[in-house]
Amino acid sequence: MASTLKNRRDLLLTTAGAAGALLTTGAAGLLTPARAEGLAPTPTMRGGANNYRPGAPIVERIGGGGFLMTGTVRRAGDGAPLEGVRIQIWAHTTEGYEREPQSHGATLTDAEGRFQMDMPQIVPAFGQPHGHLAYDAEFDDMSFETVFLRPVMSSARDKTLNADFVLRPV
Amino acid sequence: MRRSRAILIWAAVAVAVVAPVAIAATSPLLAWRDPFYIAAGFAGVIAMGLLLLQPLLAGGYLPGAGASRGRRFHAWIGVGVLAAVVVHVAGLWVSSPPDVIDALLFRSPTPFSAWGVVAMWAVFATALLAATWRRFRLPPRVWRIAHLILAAVIVLGGVVHALLIEGTMETLSKAAICLLVVAATLKLMLDIRSRRKSTRRRAPQSA
Repeated sequence: MASTLKNRRDLLLTTAGAAGALLTTGAAGLLTPARAEGLAPTPTMRGGANNYRPGAPIVERIGGGGFLMTGTVRRAGDGAPLEGVRIQIWAHTTEGYEREPQSHGATLTDAEGRFQMDMPQIVPAFGQPHGHLAYDAEFDDMSFETVFLRPVMSSARDKTLNADFVLRPV
Repeated sequence: MRRSRAILIWAAVAVAVVAPVAIAATSPLLAWRDPFYIAAGFAGVIAMGLLLLQPLLAGGYLPGAGASRGRRFHAWIGVGVLAAVVVHVAGLWVSSPPDVIDALLFRSPTPFSAWGVVAMWAVFATALLAATWRRFRLPPRVWRIAHLILAAVIVLGGVVHALLIEGTMETLSKAAICLLVVAATLKLMLDIRSRRKSTRRRAPQSA
């Protein structure tokens, strides 16, 4: 008899434990749905595509330089860094308006998915000191969905600005 | 005595209106803007200055510009506000069309754009009403109430728009002119309310 009771108690404890474990994983699953699919893709930002110039040339630097735009490009899901991806960068700077050709330039990511562009100092335009970056599928064999970013500098005196892309494979 | 007081009041108002424009003229941002963009920015600053004059003239608070004369000036300054807003938007359009289109369609990434666009429509609506309310035989009371509501929208929208922008206006002078515009508008509205209350009290109980 004693052994049966012990067993029944064990059974109850085990069941409670299993239910608890189920609840925990269930709650965690609800809280972080992205984890199931891995790294979420970066959505295009409002106004990101404004004054974009498709096919702006790949350049060593934009104008005289002095300001550094940095960032990374990774694949959605597994977060793998993407090499050789073309990113166009433009802004209203000390050397020109967003719409002017000399304000635009493109660069390619390195083996770790990083890119950087030496460019003229970004100055506040249309109320905010901000830059523009584009990943355009049309210039990359349509491998990933097109994304336009419009990061804002925390201060107009900043000498750098960073923007990271997570691209969704087509 | 009375004359010197009048001069002092007008001088203070002139300083309040002109100072933000003069200080904006020293902004380092101007070096990287073309004449159209510069004109657009200054039109905005001037519009804010004119907005300070409007409640002061409408209320007849300024010496030499009492009730009827003040209201005539008020109408002309109103035309000035309309012109300034048109130059502001047109100049920005020339500088970066897609940003202005985004603003007008309320899909801009910058929240201040929507405040500015709402204020712009309120200015247009006021101008249209001011030019046509007699022809449409609107009762003066209806016109006055509509004008007051639109004026509140213009002041609130314009002030929030200006305060959120990082542009050629210097921070302190911008805050000061915005505060003055809001204070003058509130003063006028409170006066109108108390005036209405007192006329109602004085009116005979026939109704």
